[in-house]
Amino acid sequence: MLTNFINAYSSMNIVYLLEGLAITIFVSVISIIGSYIIGAILGIIRYIKIKYVSAIVGFVIDLIRNLPLLLIIFFVYFGLPNIGLKPSSVWATIISMIIFESAMLAEIVRSGILAVDWGQMEGARANGLTYSQAMWHIMLPQAMKKMIPAIVSQFISLIKDTSLATIIVLPDVMHNAQIVYGQNTNYIIPMFLMLAVMYFVVCYALSLLSRYLEKRMA
Amino acid sequence: MISIFANYGPDLLLGLGRTLLCSVIALFFSLIIGSMFAIFETTPIKFLRVIARIYIEVFRNIPLLVITMFFYVVIPLTFAKVDGFTAGTIGLTLYTSAFIAETVRSGIQSVNSGQMEGARANGMTFWQSMRLIILPQAYRYVIPPLGNQFINLVKNSSVLAFVAGFDLMYQGNVIASNSLDTINTYMAVGVLYLVITMPLSYYMRHLEKKLA
Repeated sequence: MLTNFINAYSSMNIVYLLEGLAITIFVSVISIIGSYIIGAILGIIRYIKIKYVSAIVGFVIDLIRNLPLLLIIFFVYFGLPNIGLKPSSVWATIISMIIFESAMLAEIVRSGILAVDWGQMEGARANGLTYSQAMWHIMLPQAMKKMIPAIVSQFISLIKDTSLATIIVLPDVMHNAQIVYGQNTNYIIPMFLMLAVMYFVVCYALSLLSRYLEKRMA
Repeated sequence: MISIFANYGPDLLLGLGRTLLCSVIALFFSLIIGSMFAIFETTPIKFLRVIARIYIEVFRNIPLLVITMFFYVVIPLTFAKVDGFTAGTIGLTLYTSAFIAETVRSGIQSVNSGQMEGARANGMTFWQSMRLIILPQAYRYVIPPLGNQFINLVKNSSVLAFVAGFDLMYQGNVIASNSLDTINTYMAVGVLYLVITMPLSYYMRHLEKKLA
């Protein structure tokens, strides 16, 4: 049993897993940045209630939020080639992540702004700020503070969800681990343990960061 | 999309049934396990609190797919053979129970602590006051978040497709590779998922407003 562990954690295998982890983190970071920007814009659009536009955006957000991410990944990777687009597995993952997570974030942003006391907006307007100034300087910074825990936990689930992309052969850490234990069944348990540790370290670090940020901003 | 429903309707419905069955089973057991760890976290016994904390942090920070694959790949090595559906349901249960534990814990903590003190002062034991006084009040707070957990469960149950669990997503993949009409197939699958999740999510939002 112990020799299995020693053999499984050979430097070659560990480096191979770390390469996978790098892909996981790369895909996650790009998706986090993309979905944060798009999600914030969509959330604000939904909040400010532009006639028709906000209702349509809201409905689409609800649709996407209620679909499994795996379905969106399949749709992007296997569906888009039917209409002439053929994204690579990395880009297919990033695109589906951004579609799904920006809908999730839009909801968080909207409820974050809703949680800010409306009197803040009235006060800012009464002091001569325009609507967009009041939004940008008064409402959003306060909403941001309230949103941090929800946003970070959404990012944690984003990182975990990138593992789903192994099904479209994204060479992430999950996929590489499967290749390693596919060669030798004795490596199965060590590989799963390592996978769990790697994901846990990344995600738990992020949740500690969120706790720190919360304390600092409060 | 209509032709997909016409040609593969029974397969899709079978998949939908499996998805729902697995979600309901997983919800039932994760409610039990989740509530147990939530109570552990609020007991005065330090050992139980630590156990609960470790359980929750571990299962919240590891992807569902890793947990599910673990049961699908590792358990057959050592113990009995498990089929994809069982492995998927066990994985979903453990994963969801960690989230439910967090939800129930915040529900318990949002019940006024005077309730517990009052119950204890009236001579009830910790377990009696938990069961008869605190939990009934806590469940009222946690019903909307639990509903959202159920929606997540239905969506997450699509990992059964990885382990041949014959759920909706799995059937969708089979149909997509048979019909070669991927876009319409996945749209049909999406509609079936939305039929469950959309009404539920609007109802939960309504409930949240009513309770707030």
